[in-house]
Amino acid sequence: MPALTRKEVEEIAVLARLHLEPDELERMQVELGAILEHVAALAAVETTDVPAMTHAVPMDLRLRVDVAEPSLPVETALAGAPRKDGELFVVPSSIAPPGRTGAGSEP
Amino acid sequence: MTAAGAAGAPDPAFWSVTDTARRIAAGEITATAVLEAMLARIDAVDGTLGAYLAVDAVGARAAAAEVDQRRAAGLPQGPLAGVPIALKDVLVTRGLATTAGSKILAGWVPPYDAHVVDRLRAAGAVIVGKVNCDEFAMGSSTENSAYQPTRNPWDRSRVPGGSSGGSSAAVAAGLCAASLGTDTGGSIRQPAAFCGVVGIKPTYGRVSRWGVVAFASSLDQVGPLTRSVADAAQVLQVIAGFDPRDSTSLDAKVPVFTEALTGEVRGLRVGLPQEYFEAMDDDVRAALTRTAAALVERGAELVDLSLPHTALALPAYYLVAPAEASSNLARFDGVRYGQRAAAPDLLEMYARTRGAGFGAEVKRRIMLGTYVLRAGYYDAYYKKAQQVRTLIKRDFDRAFHYCDVLLTPTTPTPAFRFGARATPVEMYQADVFTLSCNLAGLPGISVPCGLTGDGLPIGAQLLGRPLDEATLLRAGGVIEAAVGLGDRRPPGIDGSQAGGQS
Repeated sequence: MPALTRKEVEEIAVLARLHLEPDELERMQVELGAILEHVAALAAVETTDVPAMTHAVPMDLRLRVDVAEPSLPVETALAGAPRKDGELFVVPSSIAPPGRTGAGSEP
Repeated sequence: MTAAGAAGAPDPAFWSVTDTARRIAAGEITATAVLEAMLARIDAVDGTLGAYLAVDAVGARAAAAEVDQRRAAGLPQGPLAGVPIALKDVLVTRGLATTAGSKILAGWVPPYDAHVVDRLRAAGAVIVGKVNCDEFAMGSSTENSAYQPTRNPWDRSRVPGGSSGGSSAAVAAGLCAASLGTDTGGSIRQPAAFCGVVGIKPTYGRVSRWGVVAFASSLDQVGPLTRSVADAAQVLQVIAGFDPRDSTSLDAKVPVFTEALTGEVRGLRVGLPQEYFEAMDDDVRAALTRTAAALVERGAELVDLSLPHTALALPAYYLVAPAEASSNLARFDGVRYGQRAAAPDLLEMYARTRGAGFGAEVKRRIMLGTYVLRAGYYDAYYKKAQQVRTLIKRDFDRAFHYCDVLLTPTTPTPAFRFGARATPVEMYQADVFTLSCNLAGLPGISVPCGLTGDGLPIGAQLLGRPLDEATLLRAGGVIEAAVGLGDRRPPGIDGSQAGGQS
C-alpha cells in the first residue's frame, strides 16, 4: 500500500470530524503509514468465494416485536448533555459564520 | 496476611469469591465488615498502584448493608452476596461516573446499568468502584488511560497489561475479590497473564454487551478476572446468558460451570499450534513446556497441529477493530453527553470536542478506521479482513476435529516496563497470541503457570470450541493445581506494609 500523503491525512481528519494540530498530522502521517504497511499482507491472501465472517456461532438476527416499550424519561436522557433547553439538546449553529467553510461541506 | 483493619480482625483481602460468600452466609463475618476491610486496604495500597479510578464507598456501603439486612431477616441471598467486585470503567453504572479512561467522558454519570452490572447486583455483589483501563479499551498496557498509570503489583516499574490493567492489578493486589474486564483482542487475558491472575474471555455472544462502551462490536466480550479458576467459573455463571437487548447475544443454555471443575483431564486432547510456539521468551517457553507436561502426567494427550492463517490475525485485527471503533466512537460528538469544546458552528464543535477529548491512540484508530471505510476502500480493507476472519475460523474448526482445547502462551513475554513499547506496531505485538480468539469468536482463558526468573507471572492460554467455556475451566483448573502460583502473591503487597510506607 502507498504511504499516505499529508493531504490525505488532512482529508481523513475532516471525514473523522477530528481536529488535529499540525504536529499531530505529521505524526499521524508516519504512524498510519507504518500500520497500513503492516496490514498490507492481507492484500495477497486469496479470498475469492470466502464469505465474510459474521458470528462465531451461526445465528439469525433477531427482530423484536414492533411494540413501543418504556424508554428513558426526557430529563434523564438530557441530564448528561453539555447544553440543553427544556426538552432539547442545544448545539451551535449548523450554518457557518461568513467567510468560513459551511456545515456539510466535504474536502 | 496482616489485617488492614483492626488488629486481630480477619483480613478478607485474598479470600476467594466463594469463600467470601460462604463466610458471610454462615454469619462468620458481615458484608459490611468485608467491605470496610477492603476500603481500608484500598486506602493503604492503591495510592502506589493506581488501579481504581473511583471508589464508590457510599454505594458499596449501601449494598453491603442490604446484604446484611437480608441475612438478618432470613431472606434468600444471591450467589455473590457481599462479595466486593471492581468494574472496568467501560461498563456503565447508574449514578456512578463512567469515563472509559477518556477525558471526553469526564464527569458523565450514566442513567442506567450495563447488563452485567444488573446481573452482579441481582446476585448480591458489592460494587466497590471503577478501575482503570486504556482509553476506550484501546491498548495493551493501560498507559493510554487519560487519568493515571496503573502499576503491576509484582513489579511497579512494569505495566499491568491492558486494556483491563486496573481490573488485573486490583485482583492481584487483593483490592477486590474479583473484577470484570472486557476483551476485544486480548484485553482480559493479557493483563491477567501479566498480573498472575485468571482471566476468561467467553464465546462471542455468551455475555451481553448491553451497557458496555463499545470499541469493536464484532469482537468485544465481557469476562471475569479472578484469583482462581473456581472464582472465574462462579462469576461467569452470574454474568453469562441470553439478553434480548444485545442483538448478538446467544440464546444458548448456560451450563453449571462450577460442575466442570472435576480436576480431571484424562483423555483430553490438547492441541499445540506450532505457530504459537515460534517466538517467545525462554522463561515463557519453559513454563509452557512444564504446563504441557503436567497435563500429560494427568492423562491428557498432546496433539501437534497447525493454524496456518495465524500470521494474518494481527493485520486483520488492525483493520476490523479500528474500522468498527471509528464508527462506534462517532457518538462522542459533544451533544448528548461528555465534554464539549467551544466553537462557532456545529462541525467545528464536533472536531474541536473530539480533538481535545480523545488521546493519541484513540485518534490513531479513528483515523485508520475512517481511512479503511472510505468509499472505494471497503472491499480492499474491511471486507477483506472479514473474509480472512473466516479463514482463521476455519483453521480452528479443523483443529478442533483433532483436539478438544488448544494450549498456547498468553503472551510472548512477561509484563514489560513503562514506555518500553515505543511505536504502535510494537505495542500491537503484545496481543499477537490473543487476537485470533476474538477474530474467530472463540472462548479463551489465561491461567497463571509460573514465574520468570525475575519473579514475573507467566500465563498459559487455553482456547476452546464455541460455547465450550466449561472445558477451558476444567483444564484451567488442572493447570492451576499443577503449575499455578499457589499461595505466592506479589511481593510487598501486604496491606499493613504498604500502609506503613505511605
